[in-house]
Formats: sequence, C-alpha cells, structure tokens
Amino acid sequence: MADWQIDLIKVVFIWAWALLIAVVMTWVERRASAMMQDRLGPNRAGPFGLLQPLADGIKLFTKEDIIPERARKILFILGPILFALPAFSTYAVVPFGDKIVIGGKEIILQVSDVNIGFLYVLALSAIAVYGMVIGGWASNSKYSILGGLRATAQLISYEVPMGLALLTIVLLYGTFSLREIVLQQQGTFLGFLPNWGFFKQPVGFIIFLVAAYAEANRVPFDLPECESELVTGYHTEYGSMRLGLYLFGEYVNLVALSAITVSLFFGGWALPYVDMGKFLGPVSYGIASFLVFFLKQAFFLFLFVWVRWTVPRFRYDQLMGLGWKALIPLGLVNLFVTALLVQLTT
Amino acid sequence: MSKEKGLETICITTGPTEVGDYVTLNIGPIHPAMHGTLRVITQTDGETVISAKPEIGYLHRGVEKLGENLTYSQFLPMTDRLNYCSAICNNVAYEMAVEKLLGIEVPPKAQLIRMIMMELARIADHQVCVGILGVDLGALTPFFYLIIQREEIYEIFEWHHGARLTNSMGAIGGVEADLPDRFHEKWPKMRDTIRRANDETDSLLTHNRIWMDRTIGVNAFCGDDALDWGFTGPMLRACGVRRDLRKDEPYLMYDKVDFEVPVGKHGDVFDRYMVRMLEMEESVKIIDQAYALYKELPDDAPLMKKMPKIIRPPEGQIYHAIESPNGELGFFIKSDGSDKPYRIKIRPPCYMVYQAFEDLVKGEMISDLIACLSSLNVIAGELDR
Amino acid sequence: MSLKERIEGILGRDLLELTEFRGDICVEIPKNRVIQALTMLKEEAGFDFLSDLFGIDNLDLYTKAKKKKKKSEDDEAQEPEEKGPPPPRFEVIYLLLSLSTNERLMVKVRVPEDDLELPSITGLWRAANWPEREVFDMFGVRFKGHPNLRRLLMWDEFQDHPLRKDYPLEGKGEERHLNYDIA
Repeated sequence: MADWQIDLIKVVFIWAWALLIAVVMTWVERRASAMMQDRLGPNRAGPFGLLQPLADGIKLFTKEDIIPERARKILFILGPILFALPAFSTYAVVPFGDKIVIGGKEIILQVSDVNIGFLYVLALSAIAVYGMVIGGWASNSKYSILGGLRATAQLISYEVPMGLALLTIVLLYGTFSLREIVLQQQGTFLGFLPNWGFFKQPVGFIIFLVAAYAEANRVPFDLPECESELVTGYHTEYGSMRLGLYLFGEYVNLVALSAITVSLFFGGWALPYVDMGKFLGPVSYGIASFLVFFLKQAFFLFLFVWVRWTVPRFRYDQLMGLGWKALIPLGLVNLFVTALLVQLTT
Repeated sequence: MSKEKGLETICITTGPTEVGDYVTLNIGPIHPAMHGTLRVITQTDGETVISAKPEIGYLHRGVEKLGENLTYSQFLPMTDRLNYCSAICNNVAYEMAVEKLLGIEVPPKAQLIRMIMMELARIADHQVCVGILGVDLGALTPFFYLIIQREEIYEIFEWHHGARLTNSMGAIGGVEADLPDRFHEKWPKMRDTIRRANDETDSLLTHNRIWMDRTIGVNAFCGDDALDWGFTGPMLRACGVRRDLRKDEPYLMYDKVDFEVPVGKHGDVFDRYMVRMLEMEESVKIIDQAYALYKELPDDAPLMKKMPKIIRPPEGQIYHAIESPNGELGFFIKSDGSDKPYRIKIRPPCYMVYQAFEDLVKGEMISDLIACLSSLNVIAGELDR
Repeated sequence: MSLKERIEGILGRDLLELTEFRGDICVEIPKNRVIQALTMLKEEAGFDFLSDLFGIDNLDLYTKAKKKKKKSEDDEAQEPEEKGPPPPRFEVIYLLLSLSTNERLMVKVRVPEDDLELPSITGLWRAANWPEREVFDMFGVRFKGHPNLRRLLMWDEFQDHPLRKDYPLEGKGEERHLNYDIA
C-alpha cells in the first residue's frame, strides 16, 4: 500500500470515528442527564434507545429547510458549515494511538504529525467563532445577533488563557507536536506519579479545562445559546439540518477538545506504570493503545455532561470577569513560574 | 458581601434614561422564559436594560365579567384558572369569601382538610417556582427533583377530589370528601421525600458559587419601596418585612398551629429563593400539626354545613383575603341579594408585584431580568384574569 | 376607641356615609376630596398600605330598584316620576390596610356618568398605578395626574369598557358604537 492510501484510510477512519462518538454522545448526554434527574430518557428507538440519534438525524434531514426572508442567504448557509468544519479538522493532529504494524509496515496512529500541532488547534478553534458570529449576524434577528456577539467576546477572551495554559506545556516539553508531547509523558514523575502533564502542570490543566468548556459553549458557559434568555442565541432562526450541523458540530467539538486534553495532560494512549508494548503483539498493541486513548477521552466526555447538568449558567459580565480577571492573571503567573522552574532545572 | 453588591446594583440604576442609541428588544409573549404569556418590551444598551415595560392582557379572559353572570357555585371552577400552580388556594379563598358574605362558619374538620390541602398546594407552587428559577438560570436538574415531588402531591389531590391541576376543591360551606384513606399511609413517607428533594435542591444550588453570583444582590429591593408598590407574600418577606396573613389575620385554624415566617434581608433573587425554600419546610410542619388536630376529631364529624340549593346571600359587600403562595389573594364580592354576585373583584398577588417590574430590573442585565421574572413567580392566569 | 369612632374623628365632614357589613367597614368620601381624605387616612389613621383599587358599575342596581318601585306603585295611584339628577352610576373603591393593626377599610367614591374623572392617587401609593389603568380600561373612569393612563388588559384600539353592566356578555359589544371602518 502506498503512503497516500494509508493516509486516506486513516482520515476516513478518524472522521468516521469522531462522527460516531459525537452521535453516541448525543445519546449519552440524554441518557446520563436522565439518570441524574430521575428520568428515563429516550429508550424507545432500538435497544436502550441507542437508535435515537439516528431517528433525530432522519428528522432533521427531512424537515423543511427554511431560510428567513430577511436573512443574508449566503452567509446564512455558510454559518453552520464554518462552525462544523473546524471541529472536524482539529482531529487531524490528534494522536489517537501509538503505532500499529500491519504487513511489516509501521503505521503511526495519527492523521498527520504536524510539528506545529498546537498552533493548528488554536487557529481552528478561532475559526469556529466565525460560524457562530456569521450565523447570528445573517439571521437578522436580535436574539441571534446578541448570541453571536456573546460568542465572539467569549471565545476570543477564553482563547487567551487557553493559549497561556498551552504555552506552559510547550515550555515543559519543548515542542509543538502533540505526538512528541505524548511520548514525553511516559514513565513516572517524582517516582510514584504517572509522568503526566496533569501532575506537572495542575494549574495549567485547570485553566485549560475551564477555557475548553468556554470554547465548547457548554454550561456554565453556554451564554451564546442560553435558551432561557436568548431563545437559543445564534441559531434561533435555523432549522432542519442547518440547525443539526450546529448542534452536531458542538459535539464534534467536545470530542476534539477531550482528545486534546487527554493528549496534553493525561499521557495520551499510554497506560500509567505499564508498558503495553512489552507483552502485546504489534497489532494488538496498536489496538490497545487506541482503546486506552478512547477510555481516557470517554471520561472527559462524560465530565462535560456531568458538569452541564450540575451547575447553573454564568452571567455575561461574570463570564468576562472570570476570563480576564482570574484566568489570565493566573495563567501569566503560572507561565512565569513554569519558565523559572524550567530554566533552573535544565 | 451581599449588602455591598446590593448597593452597587442600586447605584447603577441611575443611568441615562433617554431613548437614543438603544436597541429595543421585545421579549415575549412567546419566549421560553416568559412563563405563560407575559411580554416585556426592553430598551437595552448592549446587555444592560435601560427600560423594561411589561405588557399584560394576553391571557385576559374576563373572569370578573363571567363571575357576574354565573351563580355563586358555578364560579368556583373559574378560580382554578387564576393561579393554576396552586388552584386549591384560589378555591378556598373564594369559598371563604362567599362564606363570609353568608356569615357562616364551616365545620372544624372541613377547615383542617382545607388547611392541609392548601399547604400541599403551597409546597407544589413553591416547588415549581424554585424549579423554574433554576431552569432559567441554567440549572435544569433541581427542577426534576422538585417536579417529581409535585407529582406526588397531585396524586393526593387526585385521591381526594379527583383532579390534579384544576382542582375545584370543596364547595361553599365545606369540603366534599374526607381525607382519602391512602393519605394516612402516604403522608409520613411523602414528608420525608419532600424534605429530601428540598435538601438535594439546596445542596445543588444554595452554596453553589455560580448560583450565589447570579442571585445575591440581583435586583435588591428595600421594604419601604415594596410596601409602596403593594408587594405581599414571599416577595415582601424577602425584602425584610415580616408579614403573613396566616399570622396577622388568622383564618381557618392557622392560629392553632405553630410555624415560623421566614424573612429575607435584601429582597434580592437569592432571598426570594431562600424564603420560598424555607416556607416549604414550614408548610410541612403546618400539615403535620393540622393532621394531628384532624386526628383528634371523631371520624363522623361533619364535613359540610347544611346549605340551600341556590345560594342567595344578603345584600352587602365584603372583602376577604388569604395568604396564597404568591401573597395576598383577596376576593371582593358585592351581592345584590340575587343568586349571582353583583361584582366580583379578584386581588391577585402578582399583579401588584409585576407592576414594579421596571423598577426592579432597570440598570441590570438581560440575564438578571430573566432571573427576576422567574423569582417573582408571575402567573399569567391570575395576572390577567 | 373603636375603628369607627377613629375614622369618624379623622374624616370629620368628609365622611358621607359609614356602613358595616360582616365586620367590613366601608366609608364614603366626596369625589372632590379623594386625595385629602386618603392622605388623612394614610397619615393619621395608619392605613398605610393600598391593597387594591377597583370600580363598580351600579347601573343594574338602579334599574332593579326602579322596577321594584314601579311594581309596587302600579297597584296604587300613579305618582309622577321623581325629578333631579340620577344617582351616580359608578363607584371606585379603595381597599386600605393598616399594617400595624391589621385593620381593613373600604373607601368608596361615587363617580357620576357625566363626570368620569377622579384624581390619581399614584402620588400616595405607587401601587395604584396598574389598578387605576384597569379601572380606566374596564369602566372608563379617567384618573387625572396618572403617569401613563393607557388601557391595561384590553388592546389600545379597543373602543368599549367591558365591565360596564350594559356591555353584553356575548358578541362584540364594542361594535355598538364602532367609529372605524372595517375593510
């Protein structure tokens, strides 16, 4: 097999996988929230209601596609696409496993090991803002524009602390490549802890996590949609599959963000204390590393759901206050301390 | 901490008032946070509310006009449709007003059953209000914990008089049925589940940092202003005025039970929430005591006063008010001696509260406007009548 | 000193009538002394809380009384109909409450049909704002000095006053004196 064929297979696999997780996430979200709220949740379509997302998909596809009369049509169509695409593309740099040997050929389980993986992730998450703002603007509705404005302010202000948190990781590992970072997290730290970014950089992790929730528009930071105030914010006027793209893009975004969290702070595909490569065959090792990665990712996906159904929502000014007055100073101090420690220890 | 925050919010309200470069945002009558059919026309400067004009009348059904053309007994089901979250309180308020007009007193057993049912309705009403407040602030989960308990309460209503939401409980002169047998087994269990649901809500919300930030100091209101605007009930008590018609003008057998009147301090959303949470606990206590009094009565004690088939009160006019979950719910009835009331005027509690809405939310943010509206528990049915 | 005596002492000449029914005291005050009388009640008698404000249309009461009278007179000799101005058709009732003593008081003002105007008491209690608008909406009594006297429950283009006794229960009563065209 030529290299491009392998790449193509990887791309198709990872997109399909991301899509599948996102679809299952919509089901998990409903069932888990139902469990938390003493309800049953969707349980009619298929076993345990597992086919519910499929039914929803069919419903969204077959609904009438309405573009409001006064909307700006091209931008209105562009909005959801701009929102969903970057979320999918982020997955290209995520190392979802170590490597697998098939037919004597070593395949790296990552679509592309870009050496500026970080910047790529940040750049794409910045593009996703356009999806919301354009959608909000093009709808020609006041609730939408307010949602779009909130989205702009929120995402731009939370990119700064996120960048600061990521910078400390760069300082620590000396590379922008996500794969390199995962490889450097093998072994133990201080003799007994896994050598994870989380233990080396706990403050950075917290800042990153909070910023990630804000980037993903999840409660407590779901102000751009905020159904009780702005109806549903930037996608108030959307219907049928365009709305579906917005809703779905959000879940794909969650999948990507949790994958990055795992890669940066929780050792990616590697198990702590155990070197799976020593007692597993080359093929089974590849699969095992992928599964380990998935399990870690699943925990963070569930955390997203867990938090969403537990806490109330912030107010707009409080959100900005948290970003600019708490996270950014904290991130700067953390960056300074990390830089100092890195300088002293090397 | 909270006091300073309250002052801060009051200071912001003296901002610019002229209509210029502001955005007019029409919230309602179809909007997820406008419970029922409320409408607020706001002028906003960014996210700050410059003015908020409530428009009402979208659920106006002419209940008072209908009352003039129905007999006294026929009007009873109309009262269900006022505050549909606690229809029993409306029923009893109306029945008691007519009984006052007739100058009769209902048997003690009927009084106790009314009390028990009314307090259950009060709990149900507060549960909905607190739950909806959580939903509007983004916390959906407590709503379900509370609504499950409300279903249990509705179950009791169904056993007793066959209806869940629009109860039409009792009749002029008493109540139609004794407490159902299943109530005696159900209540001791339900008391605990209600308390547990409240505790769970409390642990999810009260000391949650985000919840405190969202509610403490938000549209704080002082007691004198509240009295000037005609506030009653939990909204007035949250402002620090200890006033409860169950204590001040005792009716039924409220003077024979022992309960506290929870009072807030700053009149902000948090205080309203806390007052409602504490009142639920007090209501549970009242039901316990009323049930103990009920147990002392013989099984065959009368439930109804002997009433004529067609009620013809003497000429005259009376006003009678009770403490409904939202505040003072009064019925003014003028009789001309015929079988129909000459004039019925309902004094709904949230009517007076909602007219102060602009004063409450001016200078705050859109999110606070939503929080304020939910905490006021404005019910369109009794607002528009 | 009982409440009755206190009110008699405070209102003095402004007290036109005092009735009591089932413990509810109702006093009538003259139309041109509304503000003064209510201020006295608020400041001297301690009725510091406005519970409610609403109107009553007495049209049916008068027609009924007339009919009764006619019936009884028919049997006897015909008497000429009484002359003089008709009794005031509308009443506005202010429900006052004393927070310190928990006493309630109804204050009644009669408003004749040809002079449907009362001073607004929004300066005394802001709570009177919407109730006054409602009375205007439902009975057509205008309140002088009200900050925003628009219809409250009915829509702005509505023509009639639905709680008046001559407004029919069925049908579109306002079309009786329709003064706009329907296309």
